[in-house]
Amino acid sequence: MIKLENISKTFAVKDRTVEAVKNVSIEINDGEIYGIIGFSGAGKSTLVRCINLLEHPTSGKVFVGGKELTALSEGELRKVRRKIGMIFQQFNLMASRNVERNIALPLENTGMSKEQIKTRVKELLDYVGLSDKGKSYPSQLSGGQKQRVAIARALANKPDVLLCDEATSALDPQTTRSILELLVKLNRELGITIVVITHEMAVIKKICGRVAVMEHGEVVEEGDVFTVFANPQKQITKDFISTTSNLSEIYNLVEENSLVTQLEKGEVLVKIHYRKAEVSEPLISTITAKFGITFNILFSDCEIIGNSPLGGTVGIMSGEKTEDALRYLREKDILVEVIKDARAS
Amino acid sequence: MQELLEKIFPNTMDKLPEFGKSIVDTLIMLGISGIISFFLGVFFGVILVITQKGGILQNKIVYKILDILVNFFRGIPFVILLTWIMPVTRGIVGTSIGIKGAIVPLVFGTVPFFARQVQSALLEIPSGVIEASKAMGLSPLAIIFKVYLKEGIPSIARATTLTSISLLGLTAMAGAVGAGGVGDFAIRYGHNRFQEDVTWASVIVIVVIVSVLQIIGDIIVRKNTH
Repeated sequence: MIKLENISKTFAVKDRTVEAVKNVSIEINDGEIYGIIGFSGAGKSTLVRCINLLEHPTSGKVFVGGKELTALSEGELRKVRRKIGMIFQQFNLMASRNVERNIALPLENTGMSKEQIKTRVKELLDYVGLSDKGKSYPSQLSGGQKQRVAIARALANKPDVLLCDEATSALDPQTTRSILELLVKLNRELGITIVVITHEMAVIKKICGRVAVMEHGEVVEEGDVFTVFANPQKQITKDFISTTSNLSEIYNLVEENSLVTQLEKGEVLVKIHYRKAEVSEPLISTITAKFGITFNILFSDCEIIGNSPLGGTVGIMSGEKTEDALRYLREKDILVEVIKDARAS
Repeated sequence: MQELLEKIFPNTMDKLPEFGKSIVDTLIMLGISGIISFFLGVFFGVILVITQKGGILQNKIVYKILDILVNFFRGIPFVILLTWIMPVTRGIVGTSIGIKGAIVPLVFGTVPFFARQVQSALLEIPSGVIEASKAMGLSPLAIIFKVYLKEGIPSIARATTLTSISLLGLTAMAGAVGAGGVGDFAIRYGHNRFQEDVTWASVIVIVVIVSVLQIIGDIIVRKNTH
């Protein structure tokens, strides 16, 4: 559906140039929800603007639906843009137009009659759940409602693609969830390919099938969400994971020498991390039964990503066969990290 | 009432028809040059916004030329502008005196000022809104009329009020080239012949006109702010 080929974008800032995007190539399939995650300044917003050519890449080619956008004239490009919806962090609604007229804006001058536009606007309002807000002005709406209007507006011309630039970053967690649910709904029901730009790991985990991790203008990791986050290769990916997982909290506790991390002789503080889609096996029960060890769980964090659990457990293990138990886990391809060891001393 | 007015404004009441004509002249000058300046100012203001760096039709040369011209004409004191462009005035309207002769310099004096105000009014519109319009495939012309000028109505109305009040001030000066009007009336009788009540009456009329302009402006702003 969307193919970016060796996209680079440099900006001239005074006397120096800034490389916002460096040689990025990605392919986004028809009907998928594709996430691009990165911290601010990573170049993800510039990259997504290269898809509808709000930013013209300095080099590289952009294909959407088989058409090379980078080869189109301005007029042709405008036609293509009608089929690429976009929503923004700041909603970008027109303050002087009420909700209906905001949604109608992209439909004006497209050859539709006033009646057709009216019908379509009503349809869209119903779809995003704001049928009673047609006459309201943006200033009278909450953030979540504004984003729904923006989504309705983006859907007006029945696009094949929806670009979401930090669409939930200005919203509270509950509203974020409802907007994400709406995005999933229009992906499933309308078959729209969605590209999500975010710095929030939670957004990626909740709705994306595949993800690209961006840092300093480059895509440093890419693949399906579970694989990327189960086996993070780059430090930045690990950082993103730790933003939503509380497992790394253990390092702080150890550093503070918290009571819960103080070990008796013979005890080991371990962090075990599931990275394969097979945690259905009762691992902890198995090792305690099989090796006769005790395992005192301090905390655990497990989430379901793409139908597979991802996460881990931190706990204190003790018993004669501790070493065997650890080896057993490692053989199961579980990531085992011994954080503190009180056996040798 | 009549008696009271004659007591307070003896000299003014003496030449009431002339006073009336001066008010009409002022309103004609204000109206005609105001309408012309409005359209030219909006036009040049829009050109400034769309051609500037990052604008929807960025064009360095057009922007630079217009920018310099606006600064240039804004810098010239109006009294000097009046006489300086007299040949141009004669070329356009055939005379450099009277109401006709005043309109050209009034437009020259007002448009640059108003164009700048329109420019800054349009720049108040969040850039994200313009970006969203581009993303939905609107043409530059559609962005100008459906977004910039629509979203800009309250700010443009505010700028128009401000400009029309300063234009009213300029019409008084235009009286100096024999354009007539309340300003001219006040100088001729109030100042030159020490008929103080004429000055007072003129001030009252001007204040009333300013108030009406301000009230109309405020109503337009309020009606278009949501």
